[in-house]
Amino acid sequence: MVDVTPADAVPPAEVGEMELYHPHSWWTKYVFSQDAKVIAIQYSATATSIGLVALVLSWLMRLQLGFPGTFDFITPEAYYQFITMHGMIMVIYLLTALFLGGFGNYLIPLMVGARDMVFPYVNMLSYWIYLLAVLVLVSSFFAPGGPTGAGWTLYPPQAIMSGTPGGQDWGIILMLSSLILFIIGFTMGGLNYVVTVLQGRTRGMTMMRLPLTVWGIFTATVMALLAFPALFVACVMMLLDRTLGTSFFMPAISEMGEQLPHNGGSPILFQHLFWFFGHPEVYIVALPAFGIVSDLISTHARKNIFGYRMMVWAIVGIGALSFVVWAHHMYVSGMNPYFGFFFATTTLIIAVPTAIKVYNWVLTLWRGDIHLTIPMLFALAFIVTFVNGGLTGLFLGNVVVDVPLSDTMFVVAHFHMVMGVAPIIVVFGAIYHWYPKVTGRMLDETLGRFHFWVTFLGAYLIFFPMHYLGLMGVPRRYAELTDMTIMTESAHHLNSFISIMAFIVGFAQMVFLFNLIWSIRHGREAGGNPWRATTLEWQTPQTPPAHGNFGKDLPIVYRWAYDYSVPGAKEDFIPQNVPGAFAPSREPA
Amino acid sequence: MAIALVLVLIVVGSVLFHFLSPWWWTPIASNWDYIDNTIIITFWITGAVFAAVVLFMAYCVFRFRHREGNRAAYEPENKRLESWLTIVTAVGVTSLLVPGLFVWSRFVTVPSDATEIEVIGQQWQWSFRLPGKDGKLGTSDTRDVSADNPLGVIPGDPNGQDDVVVEAADLHLPVGKPVKVLLRSIDVLHDFYIPEFRAKMDMIPGSVTYFWFTPTRTGSFQVLCAELCGQGHPLMHGMVMVDTEQDYLAWLGQQQTFAQLSTPQKTGSADQTPDRTMPSGLKVAAQLETVGSR
Repeated sequence: MVDVTPADAVPPAEVGEMELYHPHSWWTKYVFSQDAKVIAIQYSATATSIGLVALVLSWLMRLQLGFPGTFDFITPEAYYQFITMHGMIMVIYLLTALFLGGFGNYLIPLMVGARDMVFPYVNMLSYWIYLLAVLVLVSSFFAPGGPTGAGWTLYPPQAIMSGTPGGQDWGIILMLSSLILFIIGFTMGGLNYVVTVLQGRTRGMTMMRLPLTVWGIFTATVMALLAFPALFVACVMMLLDRTLGTSFFMPAISEMGEQLPHNGGSPILFQHLFWFFGHPEVYIVALPAFGIVSDLISTHARKNIFGYRMMVWAIVGIGALSFVVWAHHMYVSGMNPYFGFFFATTTLIIAVPTAIKVYNWVLTLWRGDIHLTIPMLFALAFIVTFVNGGLTGLFLGNVVVDVPLSDTMFVVAHFHMVMGVAPIIVVFGAIYHWYPKVTGRMLDETLGRFHFWVTFLGAYLIFFPMHYLGLMGVPRRYAELTDMTIMTESAHHLNSFISIMAFIVGFAQMVFLFNLIWSIRHGREAGGNPWRATTLEWQTPQTPPAHGNFGKDLPIVYRWAYDYSVPGAKEDFIPQNVPGAFAPSREPA
Repeated sequence: MAIALVLVLIVVGSVLFHFLSPWWWTPIASNWDYIDNTIIITFWITGAVFAAVVLFMAYCVFRFRHREGNRAAYEPENKRLESWLTIVTAVGVTSLLVPGLFVWSRFVTVPSDATEIEVIGQQWQWSFRLPGKDGKLGTSDTRDVSADNPLGVIPGDPNGQDDVVVEAADLHLPVGKPVKVLLRSIDVLHDFYIPEFRAKMDMIPGSVTYFWFTPTRTGSFQVLCAELCGQGHPLMHGMVMVDTEQDYLAWLGQQQTFAQLSTPQKTGSADQTPDRTMPSGLKVAAQLETVGSR
């Protein structure tokens, strides 16, 4: 046995447990923090920064599409690098990281009544690995040959061949490495979110009393933990194909008259792996948005969310179904065409729980007391854009309709509306809603309304007409739209219009960023619960909540998250931690 | 309040845009008007749902906006209403899916009298191969691709000798005759797409994919590559001319067969675009590679 001698590293017995748990230096408080709230802000700030890069890239693309031939520096090579990095950043490094790493970290412990995530140290590592993934991604802009231009789907064989930018340079290697890092980092965070929801809830917080925000983030995280491994193996295998010359995805190829030393691989295998991840990924982004928007609507309409149990089961059902629809991205990929019958059926079935969610949002408005606050405006805008984008999904999911529309601008318009605009609008609504809790101050109302109107109407004007270009047959991923017999002169004018709207909407985001920074010091004081909301994060003793969230005693939960306008109650909301029996019989069991 | 008005305007504006804007599909030139009809059904059903949901929201925002002293109703669930909405949605979705799958079964069922033709994609041009008098295409292998045999037809296959090879030029098809298009690539993914035919399919190196259609009117139609295939992707255009039977046969008579092209005289070399002719050293290397990989 080792001879153990008491050292001063062992604290005396009279130091309270909470005292040991708090950070003791500036570094551990603000940088290498294990507080989920600080990690949330780190995640959000990093995601927003890299998101700005994606925004600039989208401007560069729209410059080329709207005004072809005007900007010499946008070569086809550069254009493909822009679309690839834009897509990958938006889907993975911005939306996934922001919803799960950002909102998940901030809201899960507060909303379930926990002091922190269950594994704070792993949670901290999760962020730092994510940051490393982002840095590796950014480094590809400075690598020889530039970033990869393979499209965000990275389909082999072209992704690792010389005809694609970065295919035989550093670009693709850095992209694959960055994704592998991201998945490792995410898994650390994701396990935390799941275990915290399952094991960290305070007394009285049953699963069926959780706010829908938590249900959305929880289900999305479970899905991500199951879906990302498929992308992980696909990345590893492609990395081996590219660096060691294996042939997982590479058949015999004659490139520009030269036979490549590959043989026997399957390019379509990559597509199955990619979309086995990629389709759940859509819902990994959408489900947190669904959850958050439910809470925004309920709070600002002063009315319980309609059909809470149905909403929970719809989230879980969508999550499960989303694992059996992946090949609807591959109807024209050359896979066995008889798969189409199966995947079209599963895909259209998913429309039913999704529609139920939409009905329940609008039925929550019915006989509500609707406060048209900025979060509520964004929630309404979300419903419009999500319904629009969801309905065009019924075109693309219905296999034979997909045949003419696949790979056209219709697809670009559809997925931007449904998983770009709609979730980002929820992000905005959520930031206006929770900023007062995070900073103690309100965001500026006038700037906020300007930001809302320009973003909502502008985004609709960008993507609604774009569907019709796709209907005309204009393909996506065309760096040049020259010599196209199907495109009329007016179609080119429409492209210019879309580009101009894109610049305007982009400008409005600068106003939003200014508001975010300016209001930290100059915003109106918010108080602890400015929206008079019921959920636990608004009931913390301090605003912003201190480390440990709830002071000496954890709250005890007596009711569901939606006791707004309960008949007989004095106020129009009853927080979850308030005991008493106002109409408890109406609460879903 | 402004938001209620804007929501109504979005519905009205979207519907007007749909009917009045000049941007719509190109006039169809194949038998796949079934697909167009399915799209029209889908537009009607989804359009009605969009209008209903957004107008309902606009009404709610107008009618139930906050005023002093208002209080929301308390109604956690309504099982009857939720069940009804679920049933109505399921019916709506089924009415989209059933015609869709019906048309899809036509799309995947190739008629027995369809002529097989082959389309070969490579960075960044289109080539074609038609069966000769024997009505059969010879087998092919990417490892047989060389400057003399750009499509990789297996030289020893007797069925391939009379195949008509159209390298990097326009394809002609006779009007009114069903064709089964066999799709092949020798390098990366491509996608053979002609907007007027409404059909498309990826081509995968190492596999042969297919679709079928019947051209229904004469004319020339641009081929677009619809699967990202590298920097040259947007310039990978081709042309398909749909001819009358007579014009088609006249064109066919001028084409060369695989056997003619692979004779030592190499009469077809004038057709080759400059960037495709390889330096002789590279050609040798390619041939060595081919031998080595066997």
